[in-house]
Amino acid sequence: MKTCLVVDDSKVIRKVARHILETLNFTVREAGDGREALDSCLEAAPDVVLLDWNMPVMTGMDFLRALKESGIAQKPKVVFCTTENGMAYIRAAIEAGADEYVMKPFDRETLQSKLQIVGVA
Amino acid sequence: MLGPQQSFASPGAVNVIGALLEQRTGQQIAANRAWRIETALKPVLREHGLDTLDQLIARLAGERHGPLADAVINALLNQESSFFRDAGVLEMVAEAALAIQAEHPGRRLRVWSAGCSVGQEPYSLAMLFEELAVSRGLAMPEIVASDVCPQALVRARAGRYSQFEIQRGLPVRRMVSWFDSENGEWVVRPELAKRVQFRCHNLTRDPAPVGKFDIVLCRNVLLYFSASVRRSVFDTLHAATRDGGLLVLGAGETVIGQTEAFRPSDRFRGFYVADSGQASLTRAAVR
Ligand SMILES: C[S@@+](CC[C@H](N)C(=O)[O-])C[C@H]1O[C@@H](n2cnc3c(N)ncnc32)[C@H](O)[C@@H]1O
Repeated sequence: MKTCLVVDDSKVIRKVARHILETLNFTVREAGDGREALDSCLEAAPDVVLLDWNMPVMTGMDFLRALKESGIAQKPKVVFCTTENGMAYIRAAIEAGADEYVMKPFDRETLQSKLQIVGVA
Repeated sequence: MLGPQQSFASPGAVNVIGALLEQRTGQQIAANRAWRIETALKPVLREHGLDTLDQLIARLAGERHGPLADAVINALLNQESSFFRDAGVLEMVAEAALAIQAEHPGRRLRVWSAGCSVGQEPYSLAMLFEELAVSRGLAMPEIVASDVCPQALVRARAGRYSQFEIQRGLPVRRMVSWFDSENGEWVVRPELAKRVQFRCHNLTRDPAPVGKFDIVLCRNVLLYFSASVRRSVFDTLHAATRDGGLLVLGAGETVIGQTEAFRPSDRFRGFYVADSGQASLTRAAVR
């Protein structure tokens, strides 16, 4: 079973994502901001990170940069999942090394399709 | 709860609507899905100020080919699709295109997406071919895409997709390379749009388009045709395919036991090769 780390400061979003991911046979872990997410990755790298953009303490972008520099051997795939739906944001995320991008709101099919594209589903 | 039994449609009305769909498109409505007719047609009724299917039928009797009939067909057809549907199959189409080009250098390849819905399939092909043009020297093939449904073609030509549609199957890098964002929708860029020619074409009625194709995709279209309609559609597809050209069907669709016009390809697993001179044999066998 693959592991997905859901990083979002909204408990509701984490719950929705968890529910969908579990129906897709993922083991789900949660983090409320980038800092928590980084700690979680350092402890044990998941297969994929579902990453919000705007979060307190450490944003999604800062997390992505920190992950790059962390020296984690098995880098997880990173899928942004955010309401920032403008072209400039999407390009910036790709530039920073994100593997995929989900624009909220999303449904099960969107998420499944994106996880297939990055090769974890 | 409102079950399928408490419908406002008489069985007679359902039969008439089903017959209209079959006559216009060859598509049959499975008996166990007949109740969905009502749900599907509700928006059409509302838009035309009608209350019941019987009223709709009365109106259709006078105008079997007008915009109302088109709207009914549009509502009843299954137009589900997505970008890069069965991505592995499309990758193999790309490989096949390169192989055919290597065997016939100097020839411009022609590819037909038959039953293209609102355009995801032909635009996916166009993106793949554009990438291969850069990375492996493919000469850009001509892409013809067709559907029986005029409304679907209007949407396909506009190349405008909702956030949900654009995110299904389309990798984000391709999305930003080939689409512009406009008020929450995603619109195909002109340089990609110009690679696809859309045409209205009814597989069960119209003769094969002029000129032969090297690769024909007809995916997830044949499913609801009767066996005899399917056989004649295979003949049309065969007439459109170059000798030795390839036919690509949807996952779970096959030519085996349905036609002698195509046989499984040895080289491209899951694809079918047009056999020379076989279509007329099939036709003769049917008579
Ligand atoms: C389920 S969609 C498949 C779209 C695409 N080929 C794919 O696989 O994703 C089937 C399409 O076939 C079209 N279709 C149905 N009957 C047809 C006919 N007789 N001639 C041409 N197209 C037809 C429908 O309008 C619909 O857009």
